Amino acid sequence: MSGGLTFRYTIDGDDFTRAGEASSSVKNKLKMLGLSADVTRRVAIAMYEGEINMVIHADGGVITVAVSDSEITMVLADTGPGIPDVEKAMREGYSTAREEVRSLGFGAGMGLPNMKRYTDEMQIDTVVGKGTTITMKVRL
Amino acid sequence: MNTYKFVRSVQLRESACQGCINCIKYCPTQAIRVHNGKAHIIDKFCIDCGRCIHYCPHHAKVPAYDPLSVINHFKYTVALPAPSLYAQYNNLSSVDIVLNALLKLGFDDVYEVSAAAELVSEASREYIRDHMDEAPFISSACPSVIRLIRVKFPALISRLLPIKAPVEVAAEIARARAMKKTGLKPEDIGIIFISPCPSKVSYAKAPLGIEKSNIDNVVAIKDVYPLLLPHMKHDDSQLDPISSSGRIGIGWSNAGGEAGGLLVENYLAADGIVNILRVLEDLEDEKIHGLAFIELTACSGGCVGGTLTVENAYIAAAKTKRLSKYQPVAKNHLADNPEVENMYWADNVEYEPVFRLGNTFRESLQMMSTVEELTARFPGLDCGSCGAPTCQTLAEDIVRGDAAPNDCIYVLRSNIADLSHKIEHLTDGKSAGEPLTEDEDRLLHRYIHELTTELASFGVPGKSGKKGV
Repeated sequence: MSGGLTFRYTIDGDDFTRAGEASSSVKNKLKMLGLSADVTRRVAIAMYEGEINMVIHADGGVITVAVSDSEITMVLADTGPGIPDVEKAMREGYSTAREEVRSLGFGAGMGLPNMKRYTDEMQIDTVVGKGTTITMKVRL
Repeated sequence: MNTYKFVRSVQLRESACQGCINCIKYCPTQAIRVHNGKAHIIDKFCIDCGRCIHYCPHHAKVPAYDPLSVINHFKYTVALPAPSLYAQYNNLSSVDIVLNALLKLGFDDVYEVSAAAELVSEASREYIRDHMDEAPFISSACPSVIRLIRVKFPALISRLLPIKAPVEVAAEIARARAMKKTGLKPEDIGIIFISPCPSKVSYAKAPLGIEKSNIDNVVAIKDVYPLLLPHMKHDDSQLDPISSSGRIGIGWSNAGGEAGGLLVENYLAADGIVNILRVLEDLEDEKIHGLAFIELTACSGGCVGGTLTVENAYIAAAKTKRLSKYQPVAKNHLADNPEVENMYWADNVEYEPVFRLGNTFRESLQMMSTVEELTARFPGLDCGSCGAPTCQTLAEDIVRGDAAPNDCIYVLRSNIADLSHKIEHLTDGKSAGEPLTEDEDRLLHRYIHELTTELASFGVPGKSGKKGV
């Protein structure tokens, strides 16, 4: 990936006040690169959903965002509990978020479906008890 | 219109500027730099919000506006008082006191912006009702909000309510009525807005959403306020009943006033530039749901918080509420105002990607790589000593060719320390009085010269003349 650029963010777990900082930072960088409003928006929304999921379910993790000539690749890696049933988790409205999380307005069960909707490609690699790595691509 | 694309009303009084870093830190779009001991504003980044005017401790940032003497330039003048003008006065029992005083001051007629605001409210209610599937809509009355969205939030441009601002509608009606009444040509009639904020000055020169504004001049509330006092008669019997604004119109001067005029519950109203930035970020990320309308005003407290006002914004807001308490909800209706041909914007507002680093994506990508490398070299203190608000901004300025790494005092210090080490190393092992070899001597001179150059490259704000001398 010649001429590409990679950004790396460490996400803290259980800190809702800071959730969204990484996606906001990426969004600003994409605007400075002159990418279209549509691409910027899709990356920002998908990454924000992923970032929130990491905070709610996995006690944080690491997000790397790689920008190349042709696509933006977001890799969200955590060492959380893993997703036992990916198919179920992808269903709109399905949520395993705790009640206190839901009371904050999160955990509506739209996270993963939104991530899929706003990206061109999404792959979930998950092992229960070990962690989850989600790779999303948005083509330019 | 493109020639005036980045017109701004905030000006620098260079003699007052001390070269401190307050303005660069407070600017919400990072549009100010301090170079050679003086602040300067980058036109295309500035959204005319006036925050630097509020925060400059030396009053070096001043708003530009027209002097009241502009009323002598026309055969016939109409004053357009903003409703925030009324809130400047204590114990005002009626708006007519202010309107009659404006006539005594020398205006030939007055037309209240708050009257036009009620028409804008009506048009907005209709527009939102007819386009509910595209909601939420963002208010477009504050020029700084439009400018902010135009440069930073391209995805939200389509959400701007495409309706003319109250003052524009007022200007249109006032001119049409004055022409009818006097038979004068349009250019002989001066439509003069008495404004709480300087961003309307820029708006009148370079409006967004329409080709040309009907406002001829913009004067400041703070200039007009004291001049009206001697003309203000509180005796009802001496007052012409001129006022025709209801609660909705007068309420526009306060934060939440425009939204209140829509008569819907599902709205959000945010005021203050930092707060509206957060709302726009969240809206862009689709974190805001179920709203019909989003009211945004750049000044805290709404228009009463503008930099051309005299009274504290929150006291002014309280006075406005009292003043309009016994008024009917609205006194103006579109059906009674045939002068307004069109309430809607004629032009689209277009995205201006002023923060883009390069001209192409590839170029920007390369430049951003350099920005990242440079930022990693800087200490991350965002101290502002270089004249840029953050280390990251300095790095961006460098790749844009507007700054150098040595502008960072820490990079400079480490360069000096390196040279000093080299000199020390060169003379190490020499006992006192022992002569240097020719090579050593040459190297020593070179290091000392480099040291001098390094030090000279760093201007001390307010002290040195020019950098690099």
